[in-house]
Amino acid sequence: MIEAKGLTKHYGDKHAVEQLSFTVRPGVVTGFLGPNGSGKSTTMRMIMGLDTPTAGDVTVKGKHFKNLQWPLREVGALLEAKAIHPGRSARAHLTMLAQTNHLSNARVDELLELVGLTSVANKRAGKFSLGMGQRLGIAAALLGDPEILLFDEPVNGLDPDGIRWVRNLLKGLAREGRTVFVSSHLMSEMALTADEVVIIGRGKLISQTSIEDLLSQSTENFVRVRSPEAAKLKTALEQQGAVVALEDDGSLSVRGVNEVAVGELAAKIPVVLHELAPQSASLEEAFMELTEDSIEYHGTTTSAGPVNSTGAKS
Amino acid sequence: MSTQTTPPPATQKALPPGHYSFFDLLRSEWTKIRTVRSTMWTIAVTVVLGIGIGALVSALTRSHWSSMNLGSRVSFDAPATSLIGILFAQFAIGILGVLVISAEYTTGTIRATFSAAPNRSRVFAAKIVVFGVLSFIVAEFTSFVAFFLGQFLLSAPATHATLSSPGAFRAVFGGGLFVCLLGLLAMGLGTIIRHTAGAISAFVGILLVLPIITAALPSSIAQDVRKFMPDRIGVDVLTTKGQDFAAFSPWVGMFLIAIYAVVLLAIGASMLERRDA
Repeated sequence: MIEAKGLTKHYGDKHAVEQLSFTVRPGVVTGFLGPNGSGKSTTMRMIMGLDTPTAGDVTVKGKHFKNLQWPLREVGALLEAKAIHPGRSARAHLTMLAQTNHLSNARVDELLELVGLTSVANKRAGKFSLGMGQRLGIAAALLGDPEILLFDEPVNGLDPDGIRWVRNLLKGLAREGRTVFVSSHLMSEMALTADEVVIIGRGKLISQTSIEDLLSQSTENFVRVRSPEAAKLKTALEQQGAVVALEDDGSLSVRGVNEVAVGELAAKIPVVLHELAPQSASLEEAFMELTEDSIEYHGTTTSAGPVNSTGAKS
Repeated sequence: MSTQTTPPPATQKALPPGHYSFFDLLRSEWTKIRTVRSTMWTIAVTVVLGIGIGALVSALTRSHWSSMNLGSRVSFDAPATSLIGILFAQFAIGILGVLVISAEYTTGTIRATFSAAPNRSRVFAAKIVVFGVLSFIVAEFTSFVAFFLGQFLLSAPATHATLSSPGAFRAVFGGGLFVCLLGLLAMGLGTIIRHTAGAISAFVGILLVLPIITAALPSSIAQDVRKFMPDRIGVDVLTTKGQDFAAFSPWVGMFLIAIYAVVLLAIGASMLERRDA
């Protein structure tokens, strides 16, 4: 269990995290989502007691991280890839961490095996690729077999195989009853891994919800309809209170009523339907919609965006 | 993914009683210091310079002995000559002292360290003990070997000293202790400054640039200021003949260096505690 209450971090004038409150519970993977620079890493560092909050509080297992008796055996964290002395071997890096919490060398070997670094365990970490560094970081997080796990962007730099491995690893850890908190700026990745999400933008909480609720709340759910008598159907639907848009390809995008209602109405009129397909927003779109106002670093082109842009905010 | 089955009971592993101990941290710091090459290199340079330069100067003195005048022969300081390399070795130990802490910051290892052991003062204390003991052993080894090798090379007709010669033991043991204390002082600088290059510059500046600055002071106060400088105290510790009366006695000087080191380490510790890692 991780609990943040009114967590705030200011660096001078910059408000990195502002009044953030959320709860991460055991047994599920909780995604921590937000655009780049939204305060995810800062929040994770505050959970780990590395950065001191300007205001508010965050606890793990009801305690401040600093007061844990066996920190490495209670909380494991991957905070940044390659936060390793480039001259030290993977084995030496894990050994020095293991020793702080009285863990054995055998445990180090087990973890090297688990993350697939046994063959390069004695090589200097400076020669590692980003993916290998990431695996070493994951090994460090799992070293103490902790009940609570934090991963900051764990799939960065991994190949597709590695990504699938991390995905299954996270799910497996949650299934064992652990608390798993994993940050990402990629909604698509979270859709496959997380059960719940904490979404932030510009350091503030936007939403804490389950993945499912996030999808159903999205206004991007609509029904696509094709009919040779599209105009007639459109008028009828609009009389029912639906919002209907005629797309370039001749199909209708119907919002505000579900596919059952559309089908029944079509039968009543009657008009022929060639297609009746409920479209659910991709998680990416739901995410974009939620964070639209809070993206700090906008690209300048918005033309190809999948979202019905309501106009870029200046 | 859809149906939220009741989560299985949290893994309630039994944690060992108590908490992570200082001894655990000592072992970890020892692993850290011996698994990077910079430690090997700086120690090798300390030993080679510390012993080699003294040996070289001793051998040269021996070969020139017959052409030296009587005054030079009488005032010849055999222990100091064999220990002259200490004044070079101090820079290598200083670099190791800085690296022990600054490398953790520049590589980000410090965050892994504090994530495993968040009691920062305790981690820092373990680091000081490990580096302190290691540098003490290396420095004393260097100093004693330099002395015996130097005296061996200063064979007749040159005068040579034994450990029981006046001031000799103090110069040899003190020389090693001086180097160890300077290393701790450098570690304090590394903790405060956190950047390798910056901290090494500060360390070298204290030993080489500060004397030049004080030399520019009016002569009335220059001497009083000068005697507080580490480089001056170092020379004084190694000297067994013709002590400079404007300087502190060797042990008082050494005590001052110890105070400098403690103050810098204490400032470093409090910054380490307060700053974001």
